[in-house]
Amino acid sequence: MTVTETELAGHFEATVARGDRVEPRDWMPEAYRKTLIRQIAQHAHSEIIGMQPEGDWISRAPSLRRKAILLAKVQDEAGHGLYLYSACETLGTSRRELTEKLLSGKQKYSSIFNYPTPSYADVGTIGWLVDGAAICNQVPLCRTSFGPYGRAMIRICKEESFHQRQGYELLMTMMRGTDEQRAMVQESVDRFWWPALMMFGPPDDASPNTEQSMAWGIKRNTNDELRQKFVDMTVPQARALGVTLPDPELRWNSERQAHDFGEPDWHEFWAVVKGNGPCNAERLDRRRSAHEDGAWVRDAAVAFAEEGAR
Amino acid sequence: MSEWPLYEVFLRSKRGLNHVHVGSLHAPDDRFALMHARDVYTRRNEGVSIWVVRACEITASSPDEKDPMFAPSGDKVYRHPTFYDIPEHVPHM
Repeated sequence: MTVTETELAGHFEATVARGDRVEPRDWMPEAYRKTLIRQIAQHAHSEIIGMQPEGDWISRAPSLRRKAILLAKVQDEAGHGLYLYSACETLGTSRRELTEKLLSGKQKYSSIFNYPTPSYADVGTIGWLVDGAAICNQVPLCRTSFGPYGRAMIRICKEESFHQRQGYELLMTMMRGTDEQRAMVQESVDRFWWPALMMFGPPDDASPNTEQSMAWGIKRNTNDELRQKFVDMTVPQARALGVTLPDPELRWNSERQAHDFGEPDWHEFWAVVKGNGPCNAERLDRRRSAHEDGAWVRDAAVAFAEEGAR
Repeated sequence: MSEWPLYEVFLRSKRGLNHVHVGSLHAPDDRFALMHARDVYTRRNEGVSIWVVRACEITASSPDEKDPMFAPSGDKVYRHPTFYDIPEHVPHM
């Protein structure tokens, strides 16, 4: 008995409509598979590239405590990348192919990591705003329709909460310090606020993939919904911290029971996505040389394994 | 050079519980797979014991729920305790 493609598609759509998860060996539409590979790969690459901006501060952390925290955090990012690469590979791609596509620029990573971290306060701001935005994006993805992706997101979300809290605590500590330290925090927030808002992607009317992704249960909320949620969550945190978010249009709208806020500079967003951000070339160069410099370790491990097998 | 083989990772989170599948990773051999599994999947005391097995060594049923594989148990309601009516005054049943 042969099953027609129409029947398979019907079965797939019924699974998604029931809110059941799709698992790797299930039949799935080719476009669903491709969309997932693109999204999970981009997510995995972001975790891996995301080690760099903060990694620069490990050797310059102001105390052993802060250094240990930062090391643990950067190690988590590597772990998150590995969870996600594994999930992506269940869709029929390989680690080698994913690595090559990152290094050749064929697959993207989140634009936020193309911004520099010239100040130690950036370590705190990244934890608070960048990881905070990531959590906003990722919590709904725990219920995404593809099983391995959802399971990876559950693990990641548990660990991200440490990332956000350590960042906020770092900033609170600096805010209790000198005027100079408070100015450092404000300056860092000024630089990261708009790029953090851009992490949710282009506005809904300029996000062609959103509708299909939501129909497939891959995405659960639109970009603008999540951006609004993030702003509403962050405003009271900024107040408690004593910093000003750099948006003159930001105010509470009691009619909407939500904050109104200004429009991010989408020209800047697209320029960074297209490779013209402040650190695009530097990030990829560093990832390439890390991959090449690590080749002997991979070769040695294989030689050692072959030796052991004999 | 070919890619390191894929391993599936199973963790026992504490004594008295089963090992549960947590994810996968690549490693050149079994020993490295265990070490990588520790680093990737137990950074926060998630486990007291790890199993790793090469993914290619696993034999799996088809995931399609219409698969006749599970049909034999579908119509045997008498295998469940709720199939049997017992009067309410009978204790400890």
